[in-house]
Amino acid sequence: MNAPKVVVVGSGPAGTRCAETLALAGLRPIVIDENSNNGGQIYRRQPENFVRTYSQLYGSESDKAAAVHSDFDSIRDKIDYRSDTLAWAVSENTLFAAERGRSVEIPFDALVLCTGASERVMPTLGWNYAGNYSLGGAQIALKSQGCAIGSNIVFMGTGPLLYLVASQYIKAGANVAAVLDTSTVWDSLAALPKLLAMPSMLWTGLGLIKTIRAARVPIVHGVQPLEITGSGDAGVNAVTYRDKRGHAHTLECDAVALGYHLRSETQLADLAGCAFSFDRRSRQWIADIDDKSRGAANVYMAGDGARIRGADAAEVSGRLTALTLLLDLGYAVDEKEIKRLRSLHARYERFANGVTRAFPWPIEHVRNLPNDAIVCRCEAVSVGELRDASRGKQADEINRAKAFSRVGMGRCQGRFCGIAAAEIIADATQTPLAEVGRIRSQAPVRPLPIAVEQ
Amino acid sequence: MKTQSSDVIVIGGGIMGACTTLFLRQRGISVTLLERDRIGQKASGSSFGNLRRQGRPISQLPLANRSSALWAQLSESLGAEIEVELSGHVRVGYSDRPELVEDFTHYASQAAETGLNLEVFTGKELHERFPFFGPEVLVGSYSPNDGHSNPRVVASACARAASANGAHVHENMAVTSANKVGEDFVVVTDAGLGFTAPSLVIAAGAWSNSLAEAFGEKIGIVSRGPTMLVTEPAPYFIHPCLGVVTPVEEESIYLRQIARGNVIVGGSTRSPASTSTGRAIVDPKNTLSQLRQLRRLVPALAQLNVIRVWSGVEGYTPDGMPVIGRSEREAGLYYACGFSGGGHQLGPGVGEVIAELIDTGETDTPIEDFGIRRFNASTG
Amino acid sequence: MNGARFTRLAEQDRQTVTFFVNGQAIEALEGDTLLVAILAAKDHVRQSEFGDGNRAGFCLMGSCQDCWVTSESGERIKACSTRIVAEMRIVTETVNLK
Ligand SMILES: Cc1cc2nc3c(=O)[nH]c(=O)nc-3n(C[C@H](O)[C@H](O)[C@H](O)COP(=O)(O)OP(=O)(O)OC[C@H]3O[C@@H](n4cnc5c(N)ncnc54)[C@H](O)[C@@H]3O)c2cc1C
Ligand SMILES: Cc1cc2nc3c(=O)[nH]c(=O)nc-3n(C[C@H](O)[C@H](O)[C@H](O)COP(=O)(O)OP(=O)(O)OC[C@H]3O[C@@H](n4cnc5c(N)ncnc54)[C@H](O)[C@@H]3O)c2cc1C
Ligand code: FES
Repeated sequence: MNAPKVVVVGSGPAGTRCAETLALAGLRPIVIDENSNNGGQIYRRQPENFVRTYSQLYGSESDKAAAVHSDFDSIRDKIDYRSDTLAWAVSENTLFAAERGRSVEIPFDALVLCTGASERVMPTLGWNYAGNYSLGGAQIALKSQGCAIGSNIVFMGTGPLLYLVASQYIKAGANVAAVLDTSTVWDSLAALPKLLAMPSMLWTGLGLIKTIRAARVPIVHGVQPLEITGSGDAGVNAVTYRDKRGHAHTLECDAVALGYHLRSETQLADLAGCAFSFDRRSRQWIADIDDKSRGAANVYMAGDGARIRGADAAEVSGRLTALTLLLDLGYAVDEKEIKRLRSLHARYERFANGVTRAFPWPIEHVRNLPNDAIVCRCEAVSVGELRDASRGKQADEINRAKAFSRVGMGRCQGRFCGIAAAEIIADATQTPLAEVGRIRSQAPVRPLPIAVEQ
Repeated sequence: MKTQSSDVIVIGGGIMGACTTLFLRQRGISVTLLERDRIGQKASGSSFGNLRRQGRPISQLPLANRSSALWAQLSESLGAEIEVELSGHVRVGYSDRPELVEDFTHYASQAAETGLNLEVFTGKELHERFPFFGPEVLVGSYSPNDGHSNPRVVASACARAASANGAHVHENMAVTSANKVGEDFVVVTDAGLGFTAPSLVIAAGAWSNSLAEAFGEKIGIVSRGPTMLVTEPAPYFIHPCLGVVTPVEEESIYLRQIARGNVIVGGSTRSPASTSTGRAIVDPKNTLSQLRQLRRLVPALAQLNVIRVWSGVEGYTPDGMPVIGRSEREAGLYYACGFSGGGHQLGPGVGEVIAELIDTGETDTPIEDFGIRRFNASTG
Repeated sequence: MNGARFTRLAEQDRQTVTFFVNGQAIEALEGDTLLVAILAAKDHVRQSEFGDGNRAGFCLMGSCQDCWVTSESGERIKACSTRIVAEMRIVTETVNLK
């Protein structure tokens, strides 16, 4: 029998551990990543000619980053690693990848999707102006390019990244105007028991807040973002928000970093035939995964692309998925190890649930967005246009509202507006969010050049 | 069982059913429209949106011309923005088929007799007139008054207007059986509701086979999924719709650019489609073949990116022509189904013709060639 | 404002690379992405096609697609995911296809 062909998409912590486990079992997986370098989001590598140390770059996580990088380097000759390669479509047992301008077909016996996360962002009036970035974008500017997104920056949103990136900016010497959090302190207290599942991470979180306070950067909880002011020509110049007592405040700035925790990147899973269910806790659609980490017959999922559980959990789930896959393929596997990883993963899960609880998605703010706010940045569709399309034309289902209003029809395929659009439709048509549904994925996963060679 | 009665029941809320309902109401006839899904979400909502008359069999042109006149004022009469753009249509042939010059010229003279005026351009003249064509394009037949519209919004806009004018439009309601009892048709839906009417229109697209069979008539529609894509926006530079004439499926692409800038492309190799799931999934290989052909037709488009692909369930009759008109076997039964490529343009014309037939018993528009008789004959 | 949007905070000790934005020569640093190279000198990289103004990218991770720029020869480039190369010639205004 020929060795089974396994393709792993993603070389972040999940993909790295998955590929490593497969390689150690004697398989030679193909590992695809659209980035030029392995490491994924959290352990993104800086260009070769940069000189910052691991501890400068990854802080408290530097040992883990170093381990993920060096372990990946050590299996390089045991895997078929293809960087700068985008998996743009899947059809039966074949992955279509665009590899530096050329489309190739990669047949597989099993596909492991370790596609990670992207950010969940709440639109705000003015978030389409130049100078608005996602929190992760702000972090990438700093981590992999040594730049700040502006010279006076407001951090607004909620979630662990809000505090992490703000403190990274402060440490790097950037001028941070304020950290505006839509969640209240009460939310974090309520989540404390679950957060205690991972005391070390909780300490890291408290440390971040100390760094921000020490720099005398105000942290405001329970805000309602009102407007990012500016102009189409010059970009952002201020942020207006309302505090808990209902008072409006305006902060001048030339850049805004926005983020409200994360969402799984599931487009490939959708194209590969995985089913999805609505998750009430996160108010998102997540892939149905069985106890073997399978989303469809020979399609496995691991890491944040399957469930938002964080980087440490991604490493564990990458290993775990590889082991269950090996078992399915008839390889001898240490079942005790599977058990151990499962219980470890369960702890991360409790912690992740605590994070979701502590930093809730601000439903009311999304639903109360003004009509003139842009909801879909790609197609410049306003909240009012979406409300009209869904209310006036009885489109209480998101794909129908998309067809009528063009929301989510642009280059990003609804990645950055789909979640907010669903809330707006649910509110405008008085439909339960779960019934509004999710935007059906279509290839290509990212824009594909018409000039692609074949 | 509680039943509701009206003058006409229309099964299927695609563009055919929605237009039929609209024009029946304009004649003051009471009508019930039953749609399994949501209005215009099947073939009609995923189609390319072409308003092309040229290239059809000459026998279809009177109907297409009638439809064309309706399109020109449809947006206004519906009071809805359906993005009708009558910016022309060019059918082209490549240089490896020089006989097309003769074919196009001959077709143009026949079409002129029905009132459709076409201009045939070749060589330098063609490339000066339409500078975006690739060097392989040899001949183009230009139809200045054809164009395109936004298929995602048309059928639902028609149904909304019909409903505002008193039609009973039921969505999420699938017809499970249809029979003739005495003078009336009795139609039962999955929700257990019953509807009766002396006239019944089958406009159920690719799903019409079993409904016709209930009346002893066999159409034999087979479903396929055309391959579609849309590009990122670019400055508006291709005003007419374009389509390649060729017997080779892979070469047969068509495209249009909307004023917002996106280029919408269809054609080339089709994918399988399923009437049971109501979906058709694009095979990425077909997208790739479409891209090869696209670069050949308009090389400048190679600078753009594809941002989304899709498909939909299109129903093909054995001879590729639609079924329009009266049943041969059951009085009061009408068909408006079996439309494959080309159905979008015909929608308003078919709706008006069926409404006219039901209302007056006759129509001036020749539709004999599209009768169900031709399939009944072959199945005995 | 038409100055720099991004502020360099670290890793400034790199070789410079000259490239062109709208015909104007600009110095970037080796290892910059094209997005950073442009925004270290300019305040936007493209224009929204739908009239709501200039854009300067959003996610920097290849996901939002808001940083596509055009080269003078008409090639589309995703600025956040492309390394700067000397002599690149970029236009930030919407241009007709060639
Ligand atoms: C912008 C951003 C910044 C973050 N920063 C932090 C942080 O500082 N600290 C923290 O604890 N957590 C952070 N997170 C969360 C963190 O990403 C995850 O917990 C962790 O990286 C998950 O690991 P993963 O292997 O599941 O996915 P990732 O690390 O995200 O890796 C996924 C990989 O898959 C590749 N990929 C995805 N789709 C395709 C495709 N179609 N074709 C080819 N390749 C593809 C991507 O390029 C990527 O390299 C961040 C998340 C984001 C989105
Ligand atoms: C991808 C694609 C591209 C196309 N491109 C073009 C083009 O460029 N130009 C052109 O002119 N044409 C084009 N077409 C064809 C055109 O879309 C069709 O000819 C036209 O839309 C058919 O309309 P219809 O109303 O007959 O079918 P449909 O829109 O399919 O409507 C039939 C309706 O009947 C409903 N139905 C079925 N069974 C039942 C039941 N038992 N009870 C209740 N309801 C039922 C269905 O749910 C459906 O909504 C294309 C089609 C597709 C799929
Ligand atoms: S900035 Fe989001 S894709 Fe480049």
